Amino acid sequence: MSLVIDARGLRKEFTVRVKAGRLRRERRSVVAVDGVDLRIERGEMLGYIGPNGAGKSTTLKMLTGVLTPSAGQARVCGLLPVPQRARLARGIGVVFGQRSQLWWDLPLRDSFDLLRHVYRVPAAEHAARLRRCRGLLDLDGFLDIPVRQLSLGQRMRGELTAALLHGPQVLFLDEPTIGLDVVSKQAVRGFLAELGRAGDTTLVLTTHDLADIERLCHRLVVIDHGRVVHDGTIAELHRRYGSRRLVVAELDAALVTPLTLPGAPLQRVEADGRRLVYALESAGVAEVVAGLAGLTTLRDLSILEPDIEDVVARLYRTPARSG
Amino acid sequence: MAEAGGTLAAYRALLGAQARAQTAYRTSFVIDLLGNVGATVFDVVTVLVLYGVTRELGGFTLRETLVMVGLTAFAFAVADLLVGNIERLPRYVRTGLFDAVLLRPLGALPQLLLMDLPLRKVSRGLFGLAVWVTALAGAGIEWTPSRVALAVVAPLAAVVFFGSVFVATATVSFFWVESGELANSVTYGGRDFASYPVTVFAGWFRAAFAYGLGFAFVSYQPALALLGRADPLGLPAWAGWAAPGVALVALAGASLTWRVGVRHYRSTGS
Repeated sequence: MSLVIDARGLRKEFTVRVKAGRLRRERRSVVAVDGVDLRIERGEMLGYIGPNGAGKSTTLKMLTGVLTPSAGQARVCGLLPVPQRARLARGIGVVFGQRSQLWWDLPLRDSFDLLRHVYRVPAAEHAARLRRCRGLLDLDGFLDIPVRQLSLGQRMRGELTAALLHGPQVLFLDEPTIGLDVVSKQAVRGFLAELGRAGDTTLVLTTHDLADIERLCHRLVVIDHGRVVHDGTIAELHRRYGSRRLVVAELDAALVTPLTLPGAPLQRVEADGRRLVYALESAGVAEVVAGLAGLTTLRDLSILEPDIEDVVARLYRTPARSG
Repeated sequence: MAEAGGTLAAYRALLGAQARAQTAYRTSFVIDLLGNVGATVFDVVTVLVLYGVTRELGGFTLRETLVMVGLTAFAFAVADLLVGNIERLPRYVRTGLFDAVLLRPLGALPQLLLMDLPLRKVSRGLFGLAVWVTALAGAGIEWTPSRVALAVVAPLAAVVFFGSVFVATATVSFFWVESGELANSVTYGGRDFASYPVTVFAGWFRAAFAYGLGFAFVSYQPALALLGRADPLGLPAWAGWAAPGVALVALAGASLTWRVGVRHYRSTGS
């Protein structure tokens, strides 16, 4: 067993000044991350999710050496993030969706070249990795354009490349698909999936988009109010908290009595009985389709993923949670 | 050795990128270069105007004072060119540049300075050098080998000193966001203080800036040693040579402040 990330009791407290009266200000302490334990093995792809302000980014910043933890300890690639920040930087790649690692005024190509010097990557290795990214992320159309003129989707593909050119062992991604259009999202996800298949890069991904997680991650860690509330597979999460996918079936004509199926209870009947919504429990999509097809003509069918905010909200309300 | 060479090459690459970005618009760069001489010219003119109405300031003639003006103008311009932009630290924090810099395998401070080096300020440094050389030539100094050495070492020490002041005062913004004005009063106030003989000032103000913060040893004391004058305030002759030591103390203080500041760094948003 080789742990790439080993965090124990990680905690971060901020003091904020709050107005109290006309001139007085009170110092108040806010706990952003409250005792997070995280052990991640080499090659794992981990989804790290939680609502806004749950402490996702703060955790990532502590693991990458940007922020000093208030308590607890972390080892990433066997190094202590803050004291050994510069050495650790060579072993990790980081993409913050709302930050840039690129040089705004220079063509994308120049940023990549600069990063080769900054990380001191041998020219041949650098060229090989860049060639691979150019192919997979389709960079050729905009390599010579200054970064500030790139679209968000193009820039994000550039950021991904920039984070990988030094061949990091761990890739941290903080909302890499935020604000991207569908095509760019798919390009980014496809690329990350490809990276995961190769198996030697560990991936830690925070996101608000459950589709990112479903596509990429086997394991899911959910935090809320700075604490880990779930650590396991996605299926386990759904089982534990009863969040279900929904099948929406559009029918040509309403049924006299809507079909009932074991393992897929009928949730709603809409549009005068021409739209039926089933929740998938033990039954699969195929069983719903087969059941309906025997009775009527299906006009359209869609599957709704459970909303992540919804899952987390439910999680937080679960009384079984201690503390 | 290879390690240090690689790091140097990395910094050189950052500097090259910055130069390319800034000189992309050639005309506006040239105008910036010229415009930047302005502030330093103004400092010298101020002194000339003062001596238009008086023959002596704090017991020093114009020629003598110009040695202090030249030393301060030159050193401050170089320090401002090299590290002055660190006063933009709050902006670096806000835009996330500081996060980006911490994620790379190089020192955070050198990266910030190189990535935002204001090359247009080169002109100010050159003008400062001209003032320094002219002042030395016009002051009637009796040159000895040790005075020649001092004429070279004193500006270097002053660059280190002013640079340390820039870094230390900017670092305060890690703890206290609205600290910009205080930082300016120490850096620019200190520069103005060091442009005149300390005998011009009095009381707690003189004590604080001259000896508390050490500005007297940056320009006034080396000027005394070069001119061969005893300190009217009674400090011994070796004080004229204290500049390198004082600069190193300032440097140590600044690097400690910086390190503590980075530890307290809180980043912003997501």
